[in-house]
Amino acid sequence: MVIMKAMGIESDQEVVQMIGRDPRYGALLLPSIQECVEENVYTQQQALEYLETKVKRFSFSYGSVEKEGRALSIIRDVFLANVLVHDLHFRPKCIYVAVILRRMMEAVLNKDAIDDKDYVGNKRLELSGQMISLLFEDLFKTMNSEVKKSTDNLLEKSSRSSKLDISQHLARDIITHGLERAISTGNWDVKRFKMHRKGMTQVVLRLSFIATVGHMTRILPQFEKSRKVSGPRALQPSQWGMLCPCDTPEGEACGLVKNLSLMTHVTTDDEEGPLISLCHSLGVEDLELLSGEELHAPNSFLVMFNGLILGKHRKPQHFATALRKLRRAGIIGEFVSVFVNEKQKCIYIASDGGRVCRPLVIADKGISRVKEHHMKELKVGIRTFNDFLRDGLIEYLDVNEQNNALIALYEGEAVPETTHIEIEPFTILGVCAGLIPFPHHNQSPRNTYQCAMGKQAMGNIAYNQLCRMDSLLYLLVYPQRPLLTTRTIELVGYDKLGAGQNATVAVMSYSGYDIEDAIVMNKSSLDRGFGRCIVTKKLTAINQKYANNTMDRIIRPQRVGRDAERMQILDDDGLAAPGEIIRPYDIYINKQSPINKEISVHSPAGLPDSAYKSAIQTYKGPRGETAVVDRVALTSDKDNNLCIKFLIRHTRRPELGDKFSSRHGQKGVCGTIIQQEDFPFSERGICPDLIMNPHGFPSRMTIGKMIELLGGKAGVSCGRFHYGSAFGEPSGHADRVEVISETLVKHGFSYSGKDFIYSGITGSPLQAYIFMGPIYYQKLKHMVLDKMHARASGPRVMLTRQPTEGRSRDGGLRLGEMERDCLIAYGASMLIYERLMVSSDPFEVQVCRACGLLGYYNYKLKAGICSTCKNGDNISTMKLPYACKLLFQELQSMNIVPRLKLAEA
Amino acid sequence: MPTVSPLEMDDVPMGQLPPHIQLQRTRVFCASDAPTQTENIQYSGAYASMGVDNSFRLDDFVKNFRVEVVRLDEDDIEFDMIGIDAALANAFRRILIAEVPTMAIEKVLFANNTSVIPDEVLAHRLGLIPIKADPRLFEYMSENDTPNEKNTIVFKLHVQCKRGDPRITVKSDQLEWLPNGSEFQLVTDNSTSNSNSNSKPKTYTSFSRSQTSLPEFSEDSIALKHNDITIAKLGPGQEIELEAHAVKGVGKTHAKWSPVATAWYRMLPEVVLLENVEDEKAEELVKKCPVNVFDIEDVGEGKRRATVARPRACTLCRECIRGDDWENRVALRRVKNHFIFTIESSGALPPEVLFTEAVKVLESKCEQVISDLS
Repeated sequence: MVIMKAMGIESDQEVVQMIGRDPRYGALLLPSIQECVEENVYTQQQALEYLETKVKRFSFSYGSVEKEGRALSIIRDVFLANVLVHDLHFRPKCIYVAVILRRMMEAVLNKDAIDDKDYVGNKRLELSGQMISLLFEDLFKTMNSEVKKSTDNLLEKSSRSSKLDISQHLARDIITHGLERAISTGNWDVKRFKMHRKGMTQVVLRLSFIATVGHMTRILPQFEKSRKVSGPRALQPSQWGMLCPCDTPEGEACGLVKNLSLMTHVTTDDEEGPLISLCHSLGVEDLELLSGEELHAPNSFLVMFNGLILGKHRKPQHFATALRKLRRAGIIGEFVSVFVNEKQKCIYIASDGGRVCRPLVIADKGISRVKEHHMKELKVGIRTFNDFLRDGLIEYLDVNEQNNALIALYEGEAVPETTHIEIEPFTILGVCAGLIPFPHHNQSPRNTYQCAMGKQAMGNIAYNQLCRMDSLLYLLVYPQRPLLTTRTIELVGYDKLGAGQNATVAVMSYSGYDIEDAIVMNKSSLDRGFGRCIVTKKLTAINQKYANNTMDRIIRPQRVGRDAERMQILDDDGLAAPGEIIRPYDIYINKQSPINKEISVHSPAGLPDSAYKSAIQTYKGPRGETAVVDRVALTSDKDNNLCIKFLIRHTRRPELGDKFSSRHGQKGVCGTIIQQEDFPFSERGICPDLIMNPHGFPSRMTIGKMIELLGGKAGVSCGRFHYGSAFGEPSGHADRVEVISETLVKHGFSYSGKDFIYSGITGSPLQAYIFMGPIYYQKLKHMVLDKMHARASGPRVMLTRQPTEGRSRDGGLRLGEMERDCLIAYGASMLIYERLMVSSDPFEVQVCRACGLLGYYNYKLKAGICSTCKNGDNISTMKLPYACKLLFQELQSMNIVPRLKLAEA
Repeated sequence: MPTVSPLEMDDVPMGQLPPHIQLQRTRVFCASDAPTQTENIQYSGAYASMGVDNSFRLDDFVKNFRVEVVRLDEDDIEFDMIGIDAALANAFRRILIAEVPTMAIEKVLFANNTSVIPDEVLAHRLGLIPIKADPRLFEYMSENDTPNEKNTIVFKLHVQCKRGDPRITVKSDQLEWLPNGSEFQLVTDNSTSNSNSNSKPKTYTSFSRSQTSLPEFSEDSIALKHNDITIAKLGPGQEIELEAHAVKGVGKTHAKWSPVATAWYRMLPEVVLLENVEDEKAEELVKKCPVNVFDIEDVGEGKRRATVARPRACTLCRECIRGDDWENRVALRRVKNHFIFTIESSGALPPEVLFTEAVKVLESKCEQVISDLS
């Protein structure tokens, strides 16, 4: 109330009128009005003075602020900054506040009126353009002020010789560097807008084609991930068709990180001016002309435009249809949304950027505007999607406007009230989830798992994958197109850049090496190329230039002598030759760098050989792996140094422990590899490529996988790719199980997909029919070769003399504190002694029994000496972990004296 | 299966098994839920209580064993093996897949490969190309052996796609047999090459004579089975030059040495109508079967009856015993000692020879066992 008064509405009556004359509102407002009287606030001046006491004073002050008071400036500039105030004309702001208050009180009185903050319609996506424009604005203004400062400096000088040339003062590269820095680090620090955000940019994933596409549809939240809230993580009904319900990571970011659906479009800012004037000409009454009473008159709706109150309109539906007609005719932008909120008596018009919207077919009285002939034209290629949009057959609706529409799932389900018809139900899924055949038959978490796993599948990266120099690249040697496809797969192009192979799978138990989702593989299949993959790694060497004009050099390899063997793969130019097999410790670049890098030399080119020291680089790969130098590229880095990149290729066949997965979130490692003759075979001589344990099904409930198997089997036997798009059965984008089964029967298979199988070991038939057929299997990037690790004795850390940590450093396997606790509880003291000391960091020390401190061993006297007591009288020799001795010495350096008291053991 | 009540059985059924047990012994019952009686009764005294000797008798086997060739063409053979145990039939199958030797490319020497396809993958592809060469004429090459005309076949591949030309596909017919062995010269030290400059330069193989001059190889005996296998694709300016050395090996080591695409058998189907299936039911039954096992015959008086016309065609789709009580009318069985054996040769040897080779392998294995035991 005080604020309203401060904004110039001194009459309580007017305020109440503005908010609405409902007596319940009056009751809620009463305390505020009372407070005004108690505080003696009646006029605008009094209100401002009252507020002034509440404003926190700063020690420094601005001139302008002092003049008019801080309270006023806050009300003018900070409070509801989106409502512009011209010449202290506060009325629009007052009305805005009144509407806010009305909504608040409505919410107090009626819980249903509270807005849902997780509602997708109330959210905006921040796009790269907006981020860059903010950054640019900041940098541009910084540059301007810099220029101003330096010109001012120059102009202040009394004696100027030359004419002022402003271009001289343009500090070079402020904008370029600023943009480059922000984009390369991902840190958006814009002081002007108080923005400090990290991780704004990400390097696009190039692990697989799907990972790339999936990464580009990702939406990152601004929430803190650590907060334990369920609201924002839950599936919102309003994200139907806009955000994929399946594709979200597991773990802490679950539900917060989202992905766009297949047809979602994110709007960009549309020009506001013409739209506002259009609204006025369509009968929106300006706010200025309305009294407080008229604001909430029945049958009149407030018109909100991008969050601003534009005015009110007496015929809201009429107005909305008029705007929509204009939009369909293409007169206003196709992404402008008009939403009539009956409950709040508001019309929301939005043209701002960051809203998600999706295309829908328009229907008139339940009859689709898209007719047969349109579709024919589309098939022939005369018509494109944009033509549909332009001709007003299809329009984009955002989340809010969807509430004004009645959308039928299929044309046949439309009723006369229907305003729109979905284009295709499977588009509610995103790219990653779209790869799953029959996802609507799966348990929902399985689809989510597959969304995460599809990104780890090996296959094709891109059409230029063999020309790229990625630091790590996984490729499948013989990738295939899935036998059971979906429409999404075709739309995205996964059928051309696949990441998997169609494996004939028998669902049965075999050999016991298939427990816990492990799979049994056929050795002959592997021999013939199943699951074969290529792993390439990049090695980089830089021919560095130094400050004293000297630079590294690459020299001819020695063909005889000590290093000749390690230099076998080098060409005469000193670089490894493409096609050569590279073994661990092989030299791949015979580089030398000058010893003297600081002091300038008069002839940098003519340095003698003695002025160089060897700076060879050796390949450190796993033993036994036969890697090959694939390509060598000579480029220059950003400092114009010669940069040599080597691509090391390794072709791997699947081995025990490699990870595979179907497209239904069912991953498993290869449990054993078995000869083909031991594998079961069917009546037709078909031998499966892999065997999967049936225990994978009951708890996972991936019915989709079973249908994929049936569909794949039918597809192979009848020669037609079968489809399994999500919710595709009614529209013919997915084959029905009955039809698939009939196809199977027609080709002599069992209705149920189960075959009569002979054991390959005994030769007699198995006592069960086996569910067998092709399933698309992905090879995941996790391979044993990259992970296996064991060591006996090996490298140690210098500081503590304990074994190193981690596979990359050939580290030891840690006996952790929990393991130690077990040993203590068991009483295996000798084992603890052996693990924690003998095999770790044993160290012999000389301990002085007198002072309890550590001494040293004097090799001349062949006796231990205590450096504190300056004698060797009471010295005992004992063993303790080096880390313990280190601790004692560190304590001593902090003026803490640890004394050892020895007793006979 | 008509079960016989114990009360109706003969008191002492000497010398003969009751019909239902005889059926269980010789047939696999393929019910709609699962097959039963799949195992062979091996124990010689299994039916001793009924006075039936179940032991294996060689002269019985010799008397009863039959092989009938059903179909034989260049690469495939289908024959019936009658009167044999599943274990033995399976042994032949296993040997065919894994232990009959063939020749396959094992070593590939690359002189140049600028194509998009990596060396290892190209080598792998080459390895899988079937070679039409009689492996019986070659010896195994062990690790210490030098490649010679008795254990190695050398092929050469040199293709180039000239700049400006359209892309070309390298097919297997461009692999060229080198009867004289490798043409790539071994890099040797200068000192040794000077001493015997007159003699043949050393190559990666040491053939003492050309393979064409050997009597066992006639002009065309060594070739590739298929001439249209895509090996690689070359873009303009790309070139492949290599030599491929094929050696003898068995499918156990790598599938490329397997002489068969696959070899398998199935037991002879037996379809029995347990009761007369007439008129509409008969028509329904005929319609049900996708491979036309059943026929309808007139039995006079306007009645029609279903008959089992082509039981051999049965793929065991179990369509005829699905639904209602069809399982009471039709019984699907398999004859346990009748195997329809199919061999699909990959091309090194004709399929009928493959089988005899398999028999020889089994024979030598048996001899090995006997000699090891004695």
